[in-house]
Order: sequence, then C-alpha cells, then structure tokens
Amino acid sequence: MARVLGTIDAWMRDVALGVQGFFTLGQRAVRFTAARPFYWQDLIEQMDRIGVGSLPIILLTGLFTGMVLALQSSVELGKFGADIYIGNLVGASMVRELGPVLAALMVAGRAGSGIAAELGSMRVTEQIDAMESMGTDPIKKLVTPRLLAGLIMVPMLTVIADVVGIVGGLAIAVLRVDIPADVYLRGVWGTLATSGFVFGVFPRDFVSGLFKPFVFGGIITLTGCYYGLSATGGTEGVGLATTRAVVTASILILATDYFLTQLLLVIVPPVQ
Amino acid sequence: MNAADDYLDSIRHELDPTPGPGAGSAIAEARPIIELEDVWLAFDEPVLRGVNLRVYEGETLVVFGESGSGKSTILKLILRLLVPDRGSVRVFGQDVTRLSYEEAAAVRRRIGMVFQYAALFDSLTIYENVAYPLRENTNLPEVEIEEIVREKLRFVDLDPDRVMALLPGELSGGMRKRVGIARAIAADPDVVLYDEPTAGLDPLAVETIVTLTRKLQTELGVTSIVVTHDIRAGFRVASRVNLLRDGKIIFEGTPEEMVASPDPYIQAFLG
Repeated sequence: MARVLGTIDAWMRDVALGVQGFFTLGQRAVRFTAARPFYWQDLIEQMDRIGVGSLPIILLTGLFTGMVLALQSSVELGKFGADIYIGNLVGASMVRELGPVLAALMVAGRAGSGIAAELGSMRVTEQIDAMESMGTDPIKKLVTPRLLAGLIMVPMLTVIADVVGIVGGLAIAVLRVDIPADVYLRGVWGTLATSGFVFGVFPRDFVSGLFKPFVFGGIITLTGCYYGLSATGGTEGVGLATTRAVVTASILILATDYFLTQLLLVIVPPVQ
Repeated sequence: MNAADDYLDSIRHELDPTPGPGAGSAIAEARPIIELEDVWLAFDEPVLRGVNLRVYEGETLVVFGESGSGKSTILKLILRLLVPDRGSVRVFGQDVTRLSYEEAAAVRRRIGMVFQYAALFDSLTIYENVAYPLRENTNLPEVEIEEIVREKLRFVDLDPDRVMALLPGELSGGMRKRVGIARAIAADPDVVLYDEPTAGLDPLAVETIVTLTRKLQTELGVTSIVVTHDIRAGFRVASRVNLLRDGKIIFEGTPEEMVASPDPYIQAFLG
C-alpha cells in the first residue's frame, strides 16, 4: 500500500513540477519578446517552417473537411428540403470550430513534433548547453521566436483553412447538390454576420475564429519547446519527447477549445 | 630511476620537454581563479559529496575519474549550468551560485567550453559555429568576425577555405573536436574547459588534440581544466591533477606525485 501511495505521490509531484515548468517557460518566453537582442532571423525562419511549411497539409485538410461537411449536410438537410442552408452549416462549422481545431491539430502534428524533435536533439547532444555556455539564453534564442511564430502563423493558417473549406463546400454544393453559388455564399455570410458582435464591433465568429488559433499557436509551440528542452537519454528520449509533445498539445487544444467556446458564449451570447 | 619515473617517462616520452605555464613552483605564486568549496550535488543519487577544488591562473588542471564519477558535473557547475545543493563555486572572484542569470551569462562569456562530442550546432556551417560567440557577444563587423574565424580555424590546423562552408555532419570526429576548440577560443576566453577532449578519437586525432591543448597553454597562456579518464593524454597536458572518486577529490598533486602514490585505488586507476 505504502509503495502504491509512494508511486502516486511521485507521479503527482512530477505532474505538478511539469505544469510549473511549462508555465515558467511560457512566462520567460513571453517576457523575452520585449528584451534585446531580438532574433528576427530566427523568427522569420520559424514563421516559414510553421506557416509556409504547414500550408499544403492545411489546404488539404480544409478542402476535404469543407467538402465532406457539404456532402453530409446535403443528405440530412435534403430530407427536409432545406439543402439551401448548406452554406450556413458549412460556414458556421468551419469558422467556429473545424477550421481552428483541425488546423491546430495539423500544425501540432507537423510543426509541434518538429520543434520537440529539433530541441530534443539539441538537448541530448549538448547543443543547448553549448549555447548557454556562450552566454546565450536558450529560451530567448529558441523558444521566443517559435512562440511568436506560432502566435502569428496559426491564426493565418486557420483563416486559410476556413476559406478553403468554404470553397470545398461550395464545389460540392454547386456540382453535386445543384445549389446556386450565390445562395450558398449568402448562407455562409448570413450565418457569420448574424452571430453577434464582440464589443458591438467585431463579428463574434470572426473573433472566435482568430482568438482560438492564437491560443492554440501558443499551446503548440510551448508544448513542443517544453518537451524538447526536457528531453533526456539520447535518441529514445527525443522520440518520447516528440510523442508527448503531440499528444499533450492535441489534448490541450481540444480541452481549451471547449473552455474558450464557453467563455465566448458568456461574453457574447449568441443572437436568438 | 624508480618505477614511478619509468611510468611517467613512458607516457611523457613524446612530449615537448617544456612544461606548460603554471607548472611547478609558479603555481604557488598564482591566485586561484576558480574555487569550489565543499560542493555537494545530488540528482536521484549523490553525484558530488563535498568537493574542494582550486584552479590557478595559467595552469592546466586535469581532473581524472571513472565514467559517472561527476567530472563533467564540475564543469557544468563552473559554468553555472547546474547549481550545487550546498557549497560555493567561485569563478573570477564571484560566487556564481548567487548570481542572477544575466550576471552568470557575463561570467560564462569569459570561459570557453570544449564539449565531449563537440556540441556543434548542426544546422549551422562551421563558419557560423565559430562565429557564434562573436556574433552573440560582440558588436564586431562581419569582416572582422570572418578574420577571427579564419585565424582560429588555422590555429586548430584546419584550412578555413576548405571547411568554413561545410556543416558539422560533413566532418570527421577529430575535425569536429578541433572546430569545437576553435569555437571555444573564438572570443579569447580567460579559461577553457575541456570535457573528455579525447573520447572516441583515434590515436592520431588524440595526438592532434593533445598538441592543440598544449599549444593553447604555451602560446596563449590560457588557464584550462580538463576532465578525462584518459591517463596518457591527461598527463601530457597537466600542470596539476585531481582524482575524483565517488563524488570526492581523493588526490591532488602533480602527475609525478600521483604516479608515486602508494594508494591502491590510484595505482589501479593508473593501470
């Protein structure tokens, strides 16, 4: 019994220390955004890797998600003769939930794992120690540019995923369900424009669709950096860090999505 | 000539007979620039248990010890990459355990470190690797940086025009180690730390590294700490030696005194 309790105690301590380490890393990385020297070249390089590098997978994910949404909804809505509302359904689903979440999950799988693997390799081959021994703070040099790149690029990728998804839905609506393009697009716009306004100015779906991926970008990059910098034990440790980074980021994205949605519903109740 | 002298002679016979700076009586007049006092450190198990160590200006201190005895940990404590559980680590007169991160970074800039497997940044070229400490810590124009990089690469017997554009993965282990030395001395540090500088190298590459280490002593007068379990290479560069066992320094003296020690463990360690 004592042994079981000891194991639980050790596990809980590890979890508590991990959470503390994660938030400390995030706090320092954010603090360094306003400290010199600033690594502009690293930021641009990371924006290229996270943003441009993830573009093909985001385009494919967005396109097929929009197409399958239109296809599935045409079947169900068609039963009630309501298939002209395909645009409303695709637009709302893509912008509010599927665009941000799927784009974030794709970036977590591609860029988050890459960050963990790269920093993990640097850690186990003592490159991080070498950097620190030469007076460079690895958080400033490695984490801050990745965090900023994530905060900037994930919302942009999400917008692209939303647009491509809506275009994919349009293709199915026009070519397969015989809905006129203008009816579909009016449906998309109608849903987004009538969902309420944040501070009376910004469309609620627009804010939600950009705020969520902003948070997800932070989660993906910080998780990747945290597990990468914590890697130990050679190549096996790097593999473990990579897996943990992707799994943790994916769970955090899905859980955070719920709480952010709830928060936005409280701040801006949907129009009845 | 006794057995100890024979042994020393056998491992010193290829040496330049000129002892390195800091050897012999010169040490007595020098002041310690690095001093570890009663340092204790444990991770899951105790690593260092009350280590006392002094390094004098201009000397080369070699710390011997078996693998896992805590040798590399001492170097990380000096750089404040680790903080001891107890005790003080004084570097250039400052207790680095009490410094802020930024203050510790300033101390680190006066120290060059040669890592066991060179620890070169594998995404950067050799030029960028050697230029790294200069770009990070100085405002020198790129033309001057290139000049320094070329000079340091030549110092470690590498042809700058041939290697500067290469990536670390394109070099042999010995060449990578030499680039590591070039990077460590790029900013003209006061102290150079070597972590197992000859580990994993063939005899010819070991010879090159030993020659380079001595060249740094004699030509640049750099204070050095070398941690290694390579007795032969260690004795060839040492002004003084320490032996670490189970987290404690169990011997401190000259190579000659170490060889002459009747301690059975030391004799077994020397083979």
